[in-house]
Amino acid sequence: MAVGEPRRVGYLYALPALLVYAAFLLFPLLHGGWLSLFKWDGLSLGTFTGFSNYGDMFAEEGALAAFGHVGVLILFFSVLPVCIGLVLATALHRVRIRGLPFFRTVLFLPQVIAMVVVAVAWQRIFAPDGALNFLLGTEGKAWLGDSSTALLAVGIVGTWVQTGLAMVLFLGGIGKVSADLFDAARLDGAGPAGEFRSVILPALRGEIGVALTLTVIAALRTFDLVYMMTPLGGPGGSTTVPAYEIYQRAFHTGQVGSAAAIGVVITVLAFLVTYVITRITGRERV
Amino acid sequence: MVSRAERAGTYLVLGVFAVFALYPMLSIVVTALRSEVAGRGGIHWENFGKAWAEARFGSYLFSSLVVSVSVVAITVVLSVLAAYAFGTMSFRGRDALFYLLLLGLTVPGEAVVVPLYYDLRDLGLTDTYAALILPQVAQSVAFGAFWLRTYFRSTSRSVVEAARLDGAGHWQTLWRVLVPMGRPALVTLIVLVFMWTWNEFLLARVMITGEALRTAPLGLQFFSGRSDTSVPLLAAASVLVALPVVVVYLFLQRHFIRGMVDGAVKG
Repeated sequence: MAVGEPRRVGYLYALPALLVYAAFLLFPLLHGGWLSLFKWDGLSLGTFTGFSNYGDMFAEEGALAAFGHVGVLILFFSVLPVCIGLVLATALHRVRIRGLPFFRTVLFLPQVIAMVVVAVAWQRIFAPDGALNFLLGTEGKAWLGDSSTALLAVGIVGTWVQTGLAMVLFLGGIGKVSADLFDAARLDGAGPAGEFRSVILPALRGEIGVALTLTVIAALRTFDLVYMMTPLGGPGGSTTVPAYEIYQRAFHTGQVGSAAAIGVVITVLAFLVTYVITRITGRERV
Repeated sequence: MVSRAERAGTYLVLGVFAVFALYPMLSIVVTALRSEVAGRGGIHWENFGKAWAEARFGSYLFSSLVVSVSVVAITVVLSVLAAYAFGTMSFRGRDALFYLLLLGLTVPGEAVVVPLYYDLRDLGLTDTYAALILPQVAQSVAFGAFWLRTYFRSTSRSVVEAARLDGAGHWQTLWRVLVPMGRPALVTLIVLVFMWTWNEFLLARVMITGEALRTAPLGLQFFSGRSDTSVPLLAAASVLVALPVVVVYLFLQRHFIRGMVDGAVKG
């Protein structure tokens, strides 16, 4: 990082961005940490309670359930899309695909559509008179209204959104692997499984890291989808997530401190996830 | 050699996934054209007009446009300036300041929305455009500075030196030489920030209390929550909300994919 000539004027150039950033991101972040140490309803005077909001989180079912639901969502948002993406990239890489730009555009499309719109579209599909019941021959089942299937339904939407991302990443990555590597593996007598382990997996390490980071963070941040598809945390609170708990506690049940504490926890988790996945997959970011 | 069967299988698999990706979107477009009266056929374009006027989506889309254009414009200018400093100049504390800015890439917006609400309430800014614009600029400028710094570092020093020899100061070098040359990187930044801002929901849900400034996603949430909303109108409104980003995406899809993949991990 030694490039650049010495220039004081650099401060002036960086200043406007740093000011807005400090005032509207950094300060609220610290303020959130401060608020998390209080019991406060947002109106009257708060009382300082130290770390008890954090302690309560582990003792109380609501917060634990929300984090548990994120665990389930990660399966659908990350694990499933990455597995599907890897299997397909392995299966498809031998054929030079004509019309790849078209497929890439279509597969990536779910990534750019507002989550509220995605929610409306899938609500129709999961409705009692929707396409899923028609497809499965299960008449009149309300997938989003049943506490045993609501979270699953939200998860499937996550898979729909993220699978294209994984496929586009992996198809792009595998296109850069030289054909010689595959030939060499085959000469060594590697079958499809061996080829996957010795060539594809190492070559796609970086892409897998990117896909996992983006999708795990997306699962951790889920809000719009759950809020739109399953009002009030879903049937029996079966689809609550941390972001939903933050919103609900801060603005409806007068537990601002507790909401701020959950915010601090998801921030820490986001950093942890990014750091660990980057470490494992050896992806350089800066 | 690749057999014909394998070739056919490849396209079959891709086709199945393409249909899976498209079906929910196409079905909502089809629903948007259906009659509001069940059982009546025909194509009903008037649903879009009704969503626009009666359901007030014209006004919601206008709010979204004001917020998105403002966030994009401010973010781009601030990011260009900051990235120029971080990428081409050296000054004391530069790296520390840059890493501080980089933190913003990972901080989830959901985590800061609560303190942000109380901060802006103290400033009397809730239920204003500023409450939507300033926090989103703060989040996007971290990505913008990071993204453009990479570009500024990769432009050859000789370009900058040539400009200098022509007598250009640092200000002219930036706006007359580097910015015009950096168009691809700038376009990527513009489309990504536009998409993030246009699709943002939680911040609007928290900050906007009146109906006047409702953004399109927020308007859609209220509209879908009303019991008297007909399904075709809701679908038409959804299409209106999604359309601007989809149109930009269809023309500039490479920028979307490159930005989201290369600039990975935006918080």
